[in-house]
Formats: sequence, structure tokens, C-alpha cells
Amino acid sequence: MIGLQHYLVVSAILFVMGVLGIFINRKNIIIILMAIELILLSVNLNLVAFSAYLGDLVGQIFSMFVLTVAAGEAAIGLAILVIYFRSRGTIAVDDANRMKG
Amino acid sequence: MHSIQLIVFLPLLAAIIAGLGNKALGKLPAKLITTGALFVSCALSWPIFLSYVVGDAGPAVIPVLHWLSSASFEAAWELRVDALTAVMLVVVTSVSALVHLYSWGYMDEEPDQPRFFAYLSLFTFAMLMLVTANNLLQMFFGWEGVGLASYLLIGFWFRKPSASAAAIKAFVVNRVGDLGFMLGIFGTYLVFDTISIPDILAAAPGMAGSTIGFLGHRFDTMTVLCLLLFVGACGKSAQLGLHTWLPDAMEGPTPVSALIHAATMVTAGVFMVCRLSPMFETSETALTVVTYVGAATCLFAATIGTTQTDIKRVIAYSTCSQLGYMFFAAGVGAYGAAMFHLFTHAFFKALLFLGAGSVIHAMHHEQDMRYYGALRKEIPVTFWAMTAGTLAITGVGIPGTLFGFAGFFSKDSILESAYAAGGPGTTAFLIGITAALLTSFYSWRLVFLTFFGKARWAGSEHIQHAVHDAHGHDSHGHDDHAHDDHHGHDAHAIGTAGYHPHESPLVMLIPLIVLAIGAVAAGYVFHHAFIDAEGGAHFWAPSTLAFDAHLMHASHEVPLWVKWSPFAVMATGLFVAYMAYIRHTDWPAKFTAQFHVLYDFLLNKWYFDELYDAIFVKPAFAIGRFFWKRGDEGTIDRFGPNGMAALVVAGGRLTRRLQSGYLYTYALVMLLGLAAAVTWAITQS
Repeated sequence: MIGLQHYLVVSAILFVMGVLGIFINRKNIIIILMAIELILLSVNLNLVAFSAYLGDLVGQIFSMFVLTVAAGEAAIGLAILVIYFRSRGTIAVDDANRMKG
Repeated sequence: MHSIQLIVFLPLLAAIIAGLGNKALGKLPAKLITTGALFVSCALSWPIFLSYVVGDAGPAVIPVLHWLSSASFEAAWELRVDALTAVMLVVVTSVSALVHLYSWGYMDEEPDQPRFFAYLSLFTFAMLMLVTANNLLQMFFGWEGVGLASYLLIGFWFRKPSASAAAIKAFVVNRVGDLGFMLGIFGTYLVFDTISIPDILAAAPGMAGSTIGFLGHRFDTMTVLCLLLFVGACGKSAQLGLHTWLPDAMEGPTPVSALIHAATMVTAGVFMVCRLSPMFETSETALTVVTYVGAATCLFAATIGTTQTDIKRVIAYSTCSQLGYMFFAAGVGAYGAAMFHLFTHAFFKALLFLGAGSVIHAMHHEQDMRYYGALRKEIPVTFWAMTAGTLAITGVGIPGTLFGFAGFFSKDSILESAYAAGGPGTTAFLIGITAALLTSFYSWRLVFLTFFGKARWAGSEHIQHAVHDAHGHDSHGHDDHAHDDHHGHDAHAIGTAGYHPHESPLVMLIPLIVLAIGAVAAGYVFHHAFIDAEGGAHFWAPSTLAFDAHLMHASHEVPLWVKWSPFAVMATGLFVAYMAYIRHTDWPAKFTAQFHVLYDFLLNKWYFDELYDAIFVKPAFAIGRFFWKRGDEGTIDRFGPNGMAALVVAGGRLTRRLQSGYLYTYALVMLLGLAAAVTWAITQS
């Protein structure tokens, strides 16, 4: 029988993978975007799992909102990435170090 | 009597004008103002002095300004005029005026003349403040003022390292004496509750025999006070122990040596002891100490004087020795004789110094007597003036008559009163006689080496330069000649090297002549007023000087051999100097070879400088270096300002790493922060 804790474990694994994807990844900014998506999905999984466990639909509705925001965020992120690539000619993470105050 | 204000403040005014005007004022106006002011002061001083000598003038105190008033402490600017002040007034203003005039010639090539003349006038003002002081604080003001002026003038050629060092040495050694003087003043105020000199002197006899507690011991009050004040006098008057600055002070220009380090400032100690003589009279111990210190200095400086080769240093040690005479005269109670010697000494010692300056001027700044000789014919006026000074300092005169030079009256009076006083005075008398022998020897040695014998100028580098410059470089023959002389440098080359000394200008000769007249006549003219039992009692009555008519009377009644012994030793000294430096010029070399240990001991001034260097200077430097390197740089700077700065730099270097510009670091920090905040929020609730 698959219970709440299994969902939560999967969700936690996904979350940690997402976080590590942001920090350890040194190659590509697209991967950072994907890692963010992964984090959001793990959160969604949590919301849905608790929603089902508690019998409360609010969690599932909330996950709909998260999905929407994630879609918008992915669109904006990719758009920024395109502009960034045009101006710098690279999307390597190690070259993107101009965020100094 | 109100002319006293003019006498004292004219030099100050002149010093301020010349000093502030400086370059803008120009050389001539500065010289005119300062010299004019001094001559006016001098002209006003003599009538005051004569009014005490021939008239019946009484003491006077002229208030100038109110100064300090705190509870029972009162100090006012007052000018005290009495016989003692009057003596110092004429000495200071006369010598100072003549030195100002002399400096016109001596400092003629100096670019910085307004400064020099301003310093000279400032010194004169401070000295006049000292001698007219009616309270100890004002005297201390003058005391420090002359110290300052002396420092400025010794270091006048401040680009010369030796002059700078000598100026600092003079100041520091004087501070040691000043500390004693200050403690003396504090103690006096503690005991008498006043610093007004007449009040102290009036109360002093009542304090005789009382004791004062310090660190659990009881000391005789008056002895302690007098000895502290005497330490101050020792510093200023270069007595044994604190004398080391005086010979070094010869680094200053020669007129300065004549004014400050011979005639006036160094006599401040003697003056102070005489001014406070009723106080010293209350302590037998203090007087004994004064006598022995004076006698020791007298002999010690005379022995060194016999070996020095620098003409100014010989005269400097001679000054030191003569000051010793004055002190032991004061110590045996013959204050009149001490002041008389101060008075006559001012004339002949200023004369000797200015004469030496004239010789140095003629010999192109050569100061070493080994390179002089045969100058008698070249600079006759200087020669005769120096001879008069030497006759005066060696005390030439016929005992029992009134024929004699200035030093004859004063020095014989000191020796006779020392003998008459008995006790420590007898020792002082014997030492004084020995010192008189040495005085005669070194004084005539100076004259013989300088003015007689063969010219030894060729060995002097100064003369070589002078000759070289005079003949120019195009004269090939003379160039070769100069080179030849150079090889003979160590062998004290005989010859003139083609140099022609020139007599000094008239502005330098006039002071010499005036002082020479003083050196010849001052003793005869004024001996009645200063040291005669009745005349002295009359002259010194309107002053604080404790004149002892009985002692002076007894000094005239001493046995015949005592009267003749100074004459005998003077003649012996002259004879030995004549034999050693004119007849048998190889004697000094043989003597130094035979007794080289003694000679080195004297030549190195009893190793006082080396001793002080080892005892005081080196440890002081070591302590200073310890606190500088370990204390200041090692501790305070290291952990203080420098430590804080290093901390900020290191902190900055660490925090700089946080701002990498990489997205992921910011994200990580954000996440960690968020996690921490959430954890905190959860654990709190």
C-alpha cells in the first residue's frame, strides 16, 4: 500500500535533486531552469499528496496555480535566456558572474 | 628710577621687532634697532649703578603687572632694584651692548643676521628679568628664558650637526639643574608660604634648625632648600657634575660665547646664591657643600684647560674654573668678593672671548691653537687686548699696593677671605692657589701659542682653503705649493702657506678696547665699593646680599705669605708656560710622551662625557628604544590602530568572497537563510 510517506519521500528526493541541480550544475543555465521546475514539481507533489491525505481540495487547486506560475516562469526564463545568449554569445554558468551589486 | 622699565623692556621690544620683522626688515634695520636698544639700556644702567657706588640710593621695587593670585599664593611682575641688581644690570647691558656691536663685524657674512640679533636681545631681556626678579617665580621665568636663548644661540648654525647636538645637550643638562631649582622653589613655598624674596629672606633666620619630614626621615629644612636651589645654580653655572654642556656650547658663534657662556648667563647661579645669601647663611652644611663643589670645579676645570687645543675651549674651561672661585667665595661667606669676581670676570672673560673671536676671524675660522703662532705682528690690537685680558685673569698685581689688573683685586680677595674664614675655607684656599697656578699656565699658554713662536698656519685646512680660494685655480705654481703643504699636515707644518691674516674691522676692535680698559681698571676703580670692609658694608646695605664686614676685615689682615702666594703661583705659571712654549718648544711633546696617561685623562676631560654616556645617555636611549619598539610599535600600534586596520582588511577579504556574481551562490545563501529563518520560526512557536 502506498501511503503518504512514500509521496513525501519522492517529493523530498525531487526537491533535493532540484536544489543540487542549481548548486552543483556548472554547465548550462537551462539546466538551472529545469532544476527550478523540478523543485516546483516536488512542491506540487507535496501539495497534492497532503490534499488527498487530508481530503481538502485547496491543496490541489493551489498546485494548479503553481503549475501556471511555473509555466509563466519557464517562458520568461527562456525569453531572458535567449536575450542573454544574443548579447553574450554563451549561456555557460561560469561565465554568468556579472551580478555584483 | 623708572628708567629700569626701559632698561628691561627695550631689549624685549627690539627682539620682537627684529625677530618678527626678520628678513622683511632687512639686516641693517634689525642690527640698528637691537644694538641701539642695548646701548640705551646700558647708558641708563650705569647711572643706577653709580648711584649705589657713590650715593646713598636705597632699594626700590617697581610694580609692572599683577600676575598670579591664588589663595595665599601671590606672584606679581615686579622689578627689584638694589645694589646687587645694579651690579648685574651694568654687567649684562654693557657686555651685551658691546657684543651686539662686535657681532656687526663678526657675523658680517652671515645671511641670517636679524634672527641672530633678535636672539641676542631676547637673551638680554631674559637675563635682566632674572636679575630684577623680586619673587622666585619671576626669577625662574628669567632663568628659563636665558636657557631658551642659550639653546637657540648655541644651535644658531643649526645645519651643523655638532651645533645642534651641543644645543640639545646644553638644554637637557640645564633641565637637570632646573629640576633642583624648581623643587627648591616648591619647597620654599611649602615652608614659608610665600615666594617673595624679601619675605623669604626675612623669615629664613627663624627657620634655622627646624626640620622637615620626607620619606620617614627628618632633614634640616634650610639645608634641604639651599641644596636644592644650589643644584639649580650648579646647572646654570656649569659646576662640577653639571658642567659638561659649557665646553660644548662653544659650537655657537663666538660673540654668543662671550655674552652668554662667559659673562652673564653662567653667572646666574652665583647671582642667585648671593641674592638668597641670608637663606644660605642659615645652613652651615649647605655653605660647606657650596664651598667644596666650587673649589672642586675650580681645580678640575683648570686642569682640563691646560691640555685643550681649541682656543675657545680653553677659555670655556677657564670660565668654568673662575665660576668655581665665585662659588667657593660665596661658600665661605665672602659674597662681596664673589660678586666682585663676577663683575671683573665679566669684563676680562668677555674680552678674552671676543679677542679669540678676532683671532678666529683673522685666521679664517681656524680654532686650533696648534695652527696659530706669530700673530703678534699681524693683529696687534687683538694681541694687546688679549694680553690685557690675560694679565687680568691671571691676577697680575703687586700685593699690598693698589697696582694691579681687575682679576688681581677680585681673585686675591677671594683667596684671602677663604683663608681668613678657616674651616672648609682653608681647603678651598689651597685648591684655589693650585688652580691659580694652572690658570696662569693655560692662559699664558694660549697667548704664547697664538701670538708668539713661528707661524704654523700651513697645517690648517682652513688656511689652505683660504689661500687656495684667494689665488684661484689658474695659478699653477700656487696649486702645487698647496699640495706640498697638504702632505705636511700631520707634522704641524711650519710656515705661513702664503696666508696674510688681517686685523678685524673697527666695530670688532672698539668692544675689545672698551673691555680691555675694563679689564685693566675695573678692579682698581670698584674694589672699595665691593670688598672693602666699610665701603662694602655701605655699598651692599641696600641689597639682599649678606655682606660680612668682619670676614672682609679679616681678609685684609691675613699673613703676608697668603697675600703673596697668588702672585708667586701666577709668576710660576707664567715662567713654566714661557719655558714650555717659547724657549723649549719640545717640552710639551716630551711631557705628554712621559705622562701620557695623565695627559689623555686631562685631554679627554676626565672622561666625564664618556662616563655620562655610559651611565645616563646609553640607558636612556635603551629605555627609549624599548618603549618605542616594544611598547609603542609592538603593543599599542600592533593591537591598536594597526590591529583594527588589519582586522577590517581581513574581514573585507572574507566577505568579498560572498559576492561572487554567480547565481548559484546567491541561491544557496538565500536557501540557507530561508531554512534558518523557517527553523527559527518553527522552533520559536
